[in-house]
Amino acid sequence: MSTWLRNNQVPALAGLAAALLCAAIALIFFYAPVDEDGLNQKIFYFHVPIAFTAYACFGWGAWKGLLVLWKGRPGADLESYVAIHQGVIFGAMTLITGSLWAKFRWGVWWTWSERQLVLFLVLFLFYSAYFMLRYSLEPGPQRENLCAVYALFGVVLIPISLLAIRLAENYIHPVAFNKHGPQMATSQFATFMVALAAMVALAGALYRVELLGKRLDARLRELRELLA
Amino acid sequence: MSAEEKYVAAAYLVVFAFVVLYIVIMALKLTRLERQVGELTELARRRAGG
Repeated sequence: MSTWLRNNQVPALAGLAAALLCAAIALIFFYAPVDEDGLNQKIFYFHVPIAFTAYACFGWGAWKGLLVLWKGRPGADLESYVAIHQGVIFGAMTLITGSLWAKFRWGVWWTWSERQLVLFLVLFLFYSAYFMLRYSLEPGPQRENLCAVYALFGVVLIPISLLAIRLAENYIHPVAFNKHGPQMATSQFATFMVALAAMVALAGALYRVELLGKRLDARLRELRELLA
Repeated sequence: MSAEEKYVAAAYLVVFAFVVLYIVIMALKLTRLERQVGELTELARRRAGG
């Protein structure tokens, strides 16, 4: 890795995210065809990558939680917290974009009969409650360990949420990927992959920016105590 | 604009709004951090001078 890249990881990541987002929007509206579902299918290109990114953020938070418990790595607790925070933000976007699509296609904002929707909501609420746990405890090793255990428990819900649609008997939520691969045209799949890369890069950039802010905050607090 | 177009636009606007909101929150945080750095610099100057 070049010295410039090593010293400017956050701006480089943010630039990559911006470039990929522009490319994704261009591909969605000027390259990917409008299929038989109509124009509303264009929501899929952002909704599904945002959902996958939310899963990835929760998974990353759980991995960092595991590092807290396993190796007691300093800083892993903060990284786990920021990753879960990102996951909740992307989770909220998933629920809102999904509801907008559902309102047009199904005529309702939400349906409790859809297991995938309900399981995603459970996952989202589970990780939203993480913040209640975190801020109800005094900072220290006990909080780090409890939050790490909580983050790890939640990760079990991710495969259940992903598999829910395949377990459902009567579903109305569309299946874009099954055991035969992606159920879409090559141009649509290429567009989807660019949108997914854009969302992952965006989450990565936001994660690094938030982490920088939190670390700066902690150092300033330490400096204030030293100067007091 | 058809109803379908409105829903698509709304979905994309939600994502845009979240990103902009995040930037606003980060800008507020940076402003606070800048103020704190200023206070600490002032404190360090007073220590060094007195």
